[in-house]
Amino acid sequence: MTVASSRPRTPRRHDAAHRRDLGWIAALVHRISGLGLAIFLPLHFLVLALALNGAAALDGFLQLTHQPVVKLAEAGLVAMLVVHLLGGVRLLLIEFLPWRGGQKALTLGSLGLSVVAGVWFLVQAL
Amino acid sequence: MNDLRLYLLQRGSAALMLPLIVVHLIVIYYATSKGLTAADVLARTRGSFAWGIFYTLFVLLASAHAAVGVRVILREWTGLAASARDAIAITFGLALLLLGLRAVAAVVLP
Repeated sequence: MTVASSRPRTPRRHDAAHRRDLGWIAALVHRISGLGLAIFLPLHFLVLALALNGAAALDGFLQLTHQPVVKLAEAGLVAMLVVHLLGGVRLLLIEFLPWRGGQKALTLGSLGLSVVAGVWFLVQAL
Repeated sequence: MNDLRLYLLQRGSAALMLPLIVVHLIVIYYATSKGLTAADVLARTRGSFAWGIFYTLFVLLASAHAAVGVRVILREWTGLAASARDAIAITFGLALLLLGLRAVAAVVLP
């Protein structure tokens, strides 16, 4: 028996195999989109509150939304809202209803639908 | 509030917000397809009891949902102490609630 074989295996702290799993990616996307929405919401509320100073004050800001780059950002926000919505539905279904197969297909479908929602927003807003 | 109650608040607020988000998305697509103007937004919302109730409920649910969500992310991603995580989440939720209700008042009150 050698010393080397009796030595306990050093745990690999950065073992990242699970990070390639679609369910793990979905959980990460859900957190990132949630955080993104949480950062956006106060700004959204501050902009809407400009109406306290009259419609012209709100309009002054809304003019910015006609810029293509702002429309692109808005499309990203819409996609983020849709991906968080669908990710949330996925969680509720998994946690509160009996297990169903085809989870990976549903997850991929949700991600795809979110991209479609963002692109659709961009096409009709431009 | 213990973790179980916060979990149920998170999932319950999510379930209740589902139809609200769908309506909000429809309004977003409809409003932006015509070109977003304050006149259009305010013509729809000012003096509307229904939109007032809708957005007030939305703000209440979103504030609670976001605060619990931020608390979960802080626990998973940071090394902050539990008391600090709770303090940040509560402060964030209250700020969101106040800013949200102020925004609802801005667009709904005549």
